[in-house]
Amino acid sequence: MKKFTLEEFFEVLKKYNVEEIQGVKIEGDLEIELEGSAIDLSNLLPVMNLINELANFFYHAKMTLTYLQRISSMLGIQIPIQLPLVQPEIKPAVPEIKLVPEVKLPPEIKLPEKLLDLKFKPYRAEWPGKIEEVKLGATKSEGGTREYIVTLGGERALAFYTFDSSQPNLPVVAIDVFDKPPALAKSVKVHYEDVLNDPAEWAKKCVKKFGADLVTIHLISTDPLLENRPAKEAAKTVEDVLQAVKCPIIVGGSGNKDKDPEVLEKAAEVSEGERVMLASATLDMDWERIANAAKKHGHVILSWTQLDINNQKTLNRYLLRRAKVPRNSLVMDPTTAALGYGLDYAFTNMERIRMSGLKGDEDLNFPISSGTTNAWGAREAWMTESPIKDDTPWGPRELRGPIWEIVTGLTLALAGVDMFMMMHPVAVATLKEIFNTLGGKSKFEVKDLDAWINMEV
Amino acid sequence: MTLKVKSPLEIYNLLPKTNCKECGYDTCMSFAAHILDRTAKVFDCKPLVRDAEKDPKAKEALQKILDLTAPEIAEVVIGVGSSAIKIGGEEVLHRHEQTFYNPTAFFFDVWDTMDDKKIEERCDWVVSYKKFYVGKFLTLEGIAVRCTSNDPKRFAEVAKKVSEYGKPMILISLDPKCMEAALKEVSEKRPLIYAATEKNWKEFLKLALDYKVPVTIRCKNLDLLKSMAATFRQAGVKDIVLDPVTEPVGQGLKATFERVIQIRRAAIENGDKDVAYPIIVTPISAWLLDGDNVTKSYWETVIGGIFIVKYADAMILHSTEQHVVMPLITLRFNIYTDPRTPVQVQPGLRAIGNPSPEDPVFITTNFALTYYTVESDLTSANIKGWLLVLNTDGICVEASVAGGRFTASKVKSLLEETKIAEKVNHKYLIIPGLAARLQGQIEDETGWKVLVGPIDSGRIKGWLEKNWPPKK
Repeated sequence: MKKFTLEEFFEVLKKYNVEEIQGVKIEGDLEIELEGSAIDLSNLLPVMNLINELANFFYHAKMTLTYLQRISSMLGIQIPIQLPLVQPEIKPAVPEIKLVPEVKLPPEIKLPEKLLDLKFKPYRAEWPGKIEEVKLGATKSEGGTREYIVTLGGERALAFYTFDSSQPNLPVVAIDVFDKPPALAKSVKVHYEDVLNDPAEWAKKCVKKFGADLVTIHLISTDPLLENRPAKEAAKTVEDVLQAVKCPIIVGGSGNKDKDPEVLEKAAEVSEGERVMLASATLDMDWERIANAAKKHGHVILSWTQLDINNQKTLNRYLLRRAKVPRNSLVMDPTTAALGYGLDYAFTNMERIRMSGLKGDEDLNFPISSGTTNAWGAREAWMTESPIKDDTPWGPRELRGPIWEIVTGLTLALAGVDMFMMMHPVAVATLKEIFNTLGGKSKFEVKDLDAWINMEV
Repeated sequence: MTLKVKSPLEIYNLLPKTNCKECGYDTCMSFAAHILDRTAKVFDCKPLVRDAEKDPKAKEALQKILDLTAPEIAEVVIGVGSSAIKIGGEEVLHRHEQTFYNPTAFFFDVWDTMDDKKIEERCDWVVSYKKFYVGKFLTLEGIAVRCTSNDPKRFAEVAKKVSEYGKPMILISLDPKCMEAALKEVSEKRPLIYAATEKNWKEFLKLALDYKVPVTIRCKNLDLLKSMAATFRQAGVKDIVLDPVTEPVGQGLKATFERVIQIRRAAIENGDKDVAYPIIVTPISAWLLDGDNVTKSYWETVIGGIFIVKYADAMILHSTEQHVVMPLITLRFNIYTDPRTPVQVQPGLRAIGNPSPEDPVFITTNFALTYYTVESDLTSANIKGWLLVLNTDGICVEASVAGGRFTASKVKSLLEETKIAEKVNHKYLIIPGLAARLQGQIEDETGWKVLVGPIDSGRIKGWLEKNWPPKK
């Protein structure tokens, strides 16, 4: 292979009395290659080869063949190349060729003087369905002693898509309270250390200090594997909490399938008239007993399933059709998995449930509750440092923990969650600010939006 | 919706239909189905590609398949070589409708009035960042260079310096002179330029064309944003990224949320090709707020989180703190995981670190996340042992215990199938702390002595120090 530069090629052309090649513009340092080691310039064959090669080159460079044809006609030879050439009706003024579809001229760079004037047409989604509105708590006029009630649901569009339809009720936050000190991540525990042994004081702190809209009293001491506290005694704690705070409350069991129906039944009894939420009924327990207690005493029931839209549908159906729970008294917990620990499942499951509800599935159009405290199960939230030796250091856990709860919560808020059960005060405050913001209620403002481009931080 | 292909048949009809298997699939129909769900590329059909070189008909067929299967949202490449990234290329509004394809690319900023040493530190950090997750390390994509000097020479110098790290770049300056100076140095690295605006669009259009680089168009007004994108496209610019301007708080953030969603919905639902481009969001805008650094970095994470879930294809971030980076990189992984592929590993027995018959036997689930966490924790801590992997259909320990997929009888079968009793000289099984309630049942069913391990496998090392070998 001998490499041949274009310059040399022009030298060759000169020998054959080609004085100039009009309009051929060569850019860059181009080379063409020739077969054969020695080139005999005494006959025309190499020139034809050259033209052939050059044609290929021009072909690949998407340049016009016009010039080649002109060269060849100047040389008085036929172009021996195999391209599907339509014969040379050449108009040099218009260097445009339609012979080979692949050959495109480089687009003429002609800058527009002004912008096109187009209108952006937004898409508007309309859903046939509506999420049920569920009220928690009862004021004096409604037969209870709460100072206010909380309304969940009522959406006719995806979460915060107020440009499709207004969102009557923004999500709310319930802070967790336990009737015996649970295992807590250190950065959570520090905020509750003074009240860990007093659920009523604990509940007060949640409302007064941390801005909870509701509190959840978890009766974990009733677990037969822990203290096995009798249901009747546990119900007293519920009464204490109702005394201590004036917000609507949620009553949680211990998660023991056998004991919970009894515990929640007693709790329902002592809180009659207050319209609490009983948390929760699951498929593998006596859900009917809990549903009956809710109905009898005018409470709301939480229907809890494990990351499975079909199970959620099934349990809701049982509660609605078999146990005849009123449609305004059902909330769903489709399970919250933490950021990094199955959040993708939890998010998509909730998003699908919400979209089914909006599409008109009457087994799924209920408000959604999330146990966002589960975020603290993620090791990134509580471990002092990564156990993986090649990880970039994790930084202070005091800062990682709350943000883990926040991001878990905000992701699920976008999937459609109406109520968040949480623990860290910073996470609570941040999430509430996010709801206010996306709900269009935040007043903060930044004037110069370009300033970050030049800021020296 | 746009006129998109719905059935593999439409693609099949354009293929050679010879079932030659050169593409790796048994039939042209199966290949067509894989092209449709984007698990195969039409260029894998070698006969068609060969024919297209000489046969105009084949060429037309090839082009038609490409048109039919072009993603709803244009795909834009930033950078060159092995570190180049694609952004955009999305098809759907909700991940369960198919999957999201190209994860939101993270660009961390440096600015040109920073001293060189600091710039190097930040670039080194971007290049070396690692977070272990589900069997591999998550990493960061790129570096955004802001021109704060207003000096073309300095901006070019810093752009050049940063380009040597080999990462995709965004060049940030609204001044065409500064931008051109930087492009002269690094345009062959295919940086994304940021940004054309209502004021400078002519100059930026020329830069995008002259230097053949992708360009960001920045504008709050969507009519104008669309008009600029269409103008650029008409002038020959294909690689466009839209920045509908990130307002960091209040009504502004709410409006940003609306703009981003409306752009993506108009592209996918209305088939508006003038806005069917990748979207860039700038959580760095949170640093315009008043407040301390923790507040700003938290809010930056919030903005990042919102728009990882909702349609940002690239973002510019400022904080390099782990409480910002770790949640965002994890969230991105979660949202962009293909929901069609189950995240499970093979059940069975794994030998960790060449174990001997004295070493402990652990059991965990075949949920990929759980498995890889446990496996890497054991390996990282230099623990030798036998790890039994139970088939729980890819469900984690807690949920599989609650949901009846992690049961004593399944543990018994696994012990038998793996013949673990022949490999060790003891009968102690360590179960996850979250499966503690199964302790008795497993002992009854299997005859093995069951020890309840820690709730988190990161604590196995400490646990073993106290509990292994077991006291007789």
